Amino acid sequence: MPRNLFSLATALVFALFAGVAMAQSGSVQIKEAWARATPGGTQTGAAYVTLQSVTGDRLTGASTPVAKMAELHSMTMDNGVMKMRQVDGIDLPAGQVVSLKPDGYHIMLMNLAQPLKEGQTFPLTLTFAKAGPENVTVTVEKVGSMGPGNQGGGMNMPGMNMPMHH
Amino acid sequence: MTGATQGRRKRGRLERPAVIALAIIGALMLISGVLVGLAYSGRTGEQIGGKFALIDDDGKPFTDTELKGKWHLVFFGYTHCPDICPTALNDLSLALNQLGAKKQEIGIVFISVDPDRDTPAVLKSYVESFGGPITGLTGTPQEVAEAAKDYHVYYAKHPTEGGGYDMDHSAAIYIMDPLGRFTGTFGPDDTPDTMVARLRRLLG
Repeated sequence: MPRNLFSLATALVFALFAGVAMAQSGSVQIKEAWARATPGGTQTGAAYVTLQSVTGDRLTGASTPVAKMAELHSMTMDNGVMKMRQVDGIDLPAGQVVSLKPDGYHIMLMNLAQPLKEGQTFPLTLTFAKAGPENVTVTVEKVGSMGPGNQGGGMNMPGMNMPMHH
Repeated sequence: MTGATQGRRKRGRLERPAVIALAIIGALMLISGVLVGLAYSGRTGEQIGGKFALIDDDGKPFTDTELKGKWHLVFFGYTHCPDICPTALNDLSLALNQLGAKKQEIGIVFISVDPDRDTPAVLKSYVESFGGPITGLTGTPQEVAEAAKDYHVYYAKHPTEGGGYDMDHSAAIYIMDPLGRFTGTFGPDDTPDTMVARLRRLLG
C-alpha cells in the first residue's frame, strides 16, 4: 500500500512539473519575479527573478518600460566593503536553479520614471543568449523585502527568516 | 631565503627615491588594509567614532554630541543603493519595532557617503520609507569624509557604463552606547532576530 501511495505521489509531482514546464514559452523557466518598493528620494531600484534552464543558457540583459536603464549587477562583500558591479551575463547551468536575490545578483533599475510602489506590477523583458527575449511580470514587494511574498528581513539568509507581522 | 636574498640584491640596485617611494606605498597599503580590517571586525582597541559636524534631513546641524543620551546604530550608505542599504535599514527598523518600549532608547543614524546626490530633502524622503526612527545625515564632501574617517569607514565612487556611478562602502552597522562610545557592530550575517537578541542584552 505505501508503495502505491508513493508511486501516486511521484506521478503527481511529475505531472505538476510537466505542467509548469509546458507553461513556459521558452526553454528558460522564470519564477518569482519581484522587486522592492523604492524608498522615497531615490530613482534606483532592484528586481529579482529565479531562473532555470533545462539545457543551459545565459541571462545577458534586461529592460523594462518603468526604468530608463536596467543592468545586471553583482553585489559582493570584500573585506566588509560592499561593492556593486555590472556583469555581462549570468550563467544558467543546465538544470540548475539560479536565484537573483538580495545580497547576490540583482537587476538594477536606474532612472525610474515613477517610484515602485508595493503591490504594483510591471513588465520586464529578460534576454537570454539562447532562448532570446522572454517577458515576465514583476510584483513589487515592501521596501527592504527579502523575497517574494513580503518576507520580512535578514541581511544574510533570505528566505530563512520568518515573516514578521506585528 | 633565496628569494629574500635576491630581493635584497635587487633593492640594492634601485635608486634611493624609488626605494623611498616603494616604502611609502608599502606603508600606505598596510595602513589602509588595517583600517578596512578594523572597520569590519569591530574588534579593536582603537577608537571608533569621534567628532563630526554634519546636517540632518531637516537641514539642521547635527554633531556627534547628538549621539549622547541614547543608544545609536550608525550606518553609512547612500540612497541610490538598491540592495544592501535598504536591507540594513529595513532590518534595523524591524528589529527596533520588536523592542517595545525599549525602542525609545535607540536611534538609527544613516550617514550618506554620496553627499552630491543625497541632499537633506532626498534623505528625508528616503529614511521615512522604513518606519524606523532613522535620522539621515549628509554634509559637504569634506565633512562626510571626516565622519567616515572617525568610524574607519571606507567608501569610493565607482563609475558605471551609463555615465552614472555606484558607491563602494563599508557595510558594518556601528553600535554606540548612550555615552557615545563604540560598543560593537552588526554585520552582514545579522538578521533582525539576532539584532533584537543583542540589543536586549545591551539595553538590559
